[in-house]
This record gives sequence, C-alpha cells and structure tokens, in this order.
Amino acid sequence: MDAVQKRRKDLPLTPLSCPSVGSMGKTGFWRTFRPKVDYSKCTRCTLCWVYCPDAAITRQDDDSPKIDYDYCKGCGICSNECPAKAITMHREEE
Amino acid sequence: MARMIVDTANHIAGYAARAARVKVVAAYPITPQTTVVEKIADFVENGEMDAEYIRVESEHSAMAACMSAAATGVRTFTATSAHGLALMHETLHWASGSRLPIVMVVVNRAMGAPWSIWSDFSDSLSQRDTGWIQFYCADNQEVFDTIIQAYKLCEDERVFLPAMVCLEGFILSHTYAPAKIPDQAKVDDFLPPYKSGWVLDVDRPYSHGNLVSPEWYMEFRYMIQESMENAKRIIPEIDREYGKQFGSEYGGLIERYKCEDADLVLMTMGTMGSDAKLAVDSLRKEGLKVGAARVRVYRPFPSEEIVKLSRNVQMLATIDRHISFGMEGFLASEVKASLYAVKDRPLAAGFIAGLGGRDVTAQTIEKIAKKSLGYMHAGKVERETDWVDLKE
Repeated sequence: MDAVQKRRKDLPLTPLSCPSVGSMGKTGFWRTFRPKVDYSKCTRCTLCWVYCPDAAITRQDDDSPKIDYDYCKGCGICSNECPAKAITMHREEE
Repeated sequence: MARMIVDTANHIAGYAARAARVKVVAAYPITPQTTVVEKIADFVENGEMDAEYIRVESEHSAMAACMSAAATGVRTFTATSAHGLALMHETLHWASGSRLPIVMVVVNRAMGAPWSIWSDFSDSLSQRDTGWIQFYCADNQEVFDTIIQAYKLCEDERVFLPAMVCLEGFILSHTYAPAKIPDQAKVDDFLPPYKSGWVLDVDRPYSHGNLVSPEWYMEFRYMIQESMENAKRIIPEIDREYGKQFGSEYGGLIERYKCEDADLVLMTMGTMGSDAKLAVDSLRKEGLKVGAARVRVYRPFPSEEIVKLSRNVQMLATIDRHISFGMEGFLASEVKASLYAVKDRPLAAGFIAGLGGRDVTAQTIEKIAKKSLGYMHAGKVERETDWVDLKE
C-alpha cells in the first residue's frame, strides 16, 4: 500500500493499479490446502500455469511449474486441471 | 450549411451521435431498445458514420462495452429505455465511479408491473443516485443540442462524468418535428476530439475500479460530488456558448417562462414544460400572474437557481411525472429541500400527473395552476401531494 498518495488532490480520478508483485502484501498465508507437484508425473503441458488465477505459477526452463508459495492462495485449480494428476492438495498443517 | 429536417426525436438523437463523431456505440438491439440505435446502425452501415457498432447481449453488457471503449480514450454512446436501463443499473455506478464521460439517451418509459410502453420518468429517476448527470428535453431540437452539449460537459476535465439525455417515449421519441442539424465543421469546432482523464494503454498497463480501503473511499466519492458541483456552473456556460454558435439556448439548468413578476410558478421537467408555457399564456390572459420553470438538469440539482427563482414568488407547484412510493414526487421533494433554509419561502404543492403516458395537456396544467392559486390565496396547502385526474 506504499504507493497510496497522502493527500486528496494527489489522487487520480479513479483508483488505478499498476501491475506489481503483491501490492496488497503476501497472500500465501490465506492458504488452507497446499499444492504439491510430483515432477516425476508432470508432462510439462503448462496447463496449471495457464489456469492459475493468481499468476502464482511460473514456468521453469524445462516448462515444469514452480509454485510461488508467498502468493498461492491454495485454490486448487491447478490440481483440478492437471491431466497427469501430478499436483495434489495437502492440508497446510500436514 | 445547417439544414432543417423533420424527424422523430429518436432519429434526431442518432443524427446528434453522428455529429458528435462518436467512435463506439454499444447497444442491445431488442426491445426496450428504440430506433435511436437503429438510425445509428444505418449511418454506420452506409458509411456515413465512422464508428464501431457493437451488438451486445444485454444492456448490462452494453454499458460494460461503452466503459471499456471510453477507457481506451474514444467517445462512446448508447441508448436504452425503461427495463433496459434498470438492467444496466449496476454498470451505471461503475461508469460514473470510473469517471468515464459516456453519453446515453434514455427514452423515458414507465416501469412495469403493470406493463406499459408509454412514458413517465420512473425509469431514469430510479437511477438518480448513480452519479450520472441527467438532462430532460422538451423537444426534438433540444434532444440534438443537448447530446452535443452533454459531450462538451462530460469531457470537461472539471467534470469527467457520464450523462443521460432523457426524452419522453412517444411524446418525443416517435413524434416527427423539425430540427436544425448544424454544419459539421461548426460542431467540430464546438466539440473537439475527446481527451480522456485516464486511458488504458497496453504499453503502460494498469487496472481500474480496484479495491479502495475505508481510508480513501470517501475521498473518491467526494471528488464525484465536487464534479457535480462544477457541472452546475459549467452547464449554463456551455448552453450560452452553444446558443451563440447555433442559435438555440435553454436557460442553462432551468428554462424560465414569464417568471419575473409571477406569484405562482409551475415547475416541470421534460415536455410538460412546453404545455406549461401554453397554460401560462392562457392564465395570463385572465390576468393571473403565473410563470413556468422547467428543470432541464435534474442531476446536478439546481438548488441555488430555485432559491433565486423563488425570491418574489408566493407559491410553487411542482408537477411530477413520477412517484417515489411512500413519499411524493422527486421534484417536489427536492424543490422543497432546496428552499428549507430560505426565510419567507413560498408555499409548495406537489402534483403527480401523466404516469404511464397519460396525457398532460395545457388544460390539465391550468387546472393544477388554479388549484395552486387557491392554496396561495388561502395561505395554506390543503394537500401536499395531489394525484391529478385520478379516477375514483
């Protein structure tokens, strides 16, 4: 929230947000279930990367996914979409 | 060269969108849509108008498309009516909150149930608090002129708000009347290309309409209120400038008719303002000092002008083509609220008339005036709200 101006006259007409990493702070702690990737099963199809609604999955050099646990909210969409069943969800406390 | 045409207010609204060089029109094409966008579709199809015409699946989507287009920095237009406007309600808030100067024609039609295809203001007045500027027109020429003026106003950096230009269904929408279509070069001079307050740009990406914490939400709302107040000052300036350029002027926020020495002023909106003038002429012949004031701009509401207008007036009669159920007509409420702080304010009586397209003729208005004069002489308003010609 550092970017917020401190005076009314400095505000834009309407709230505008520039793309930035986690401007609202780290959201990974919202997670109840944690996705885990079994790289031996992963076929590098990149569907998880396509579907992640939070852009918390990046593609590594070999196209395998890397999950950013600082921002992954644990929604489980990647796990649901993975055709190879390579991503499984596990309770955080496990 | 300016030219006179004889056409319906709906078609004339289409001519105005063309003259304003609107770049994107998004509209739901099925009823309650009107021939406003049909005319524009013709213009685009014939190559007479260089605009993107987007057919959408609902009015909600029409406004969303207009917002997106306006956010890329182009002039946008849409039109709707009654239940279509109601469906659009949510996106109306988004458009004003995003400060996008979209102009929309609302063809006023009564809301169901019971089903009605005739006119009253219940559709647009239900959208009173959406942050849209609202104009109400009295004739076909005013529809054309107001659309051009609305773009000039909304795109002013002191305003940056969207506007509805309201015209009554059938009474104007389907009635052929003459209107002057000014020379395109003169319209271009009056209305330069749109420069937006902010613009979506792929090279400098950002998103809008984002979450704002309680710490700042009020400030953004206050800025809209400030812009409404600015609009109140700017509308009469634009009206005068337009009058100088094109010959038609409407008195800015309120059109006054024989109010200078009036004891009683009849307050109306829309086409009832024209009938009120006829009523005034006839009553004046009987020696009765009656004037008429047509509220042309309902948001921002011209409270200060109403205070000025009422200075030497003994009685105000408001005629509402609308009812706020459980209260009274909006015009009645807001006229009275405007006068609360005034010492020796005039008496005020509210009249509900013309709902669902019932005719309000000059004779109806004369009757209202006579009743109001009765209240005035008695020094007491017997009924705060009267339903005119209500069947027993």
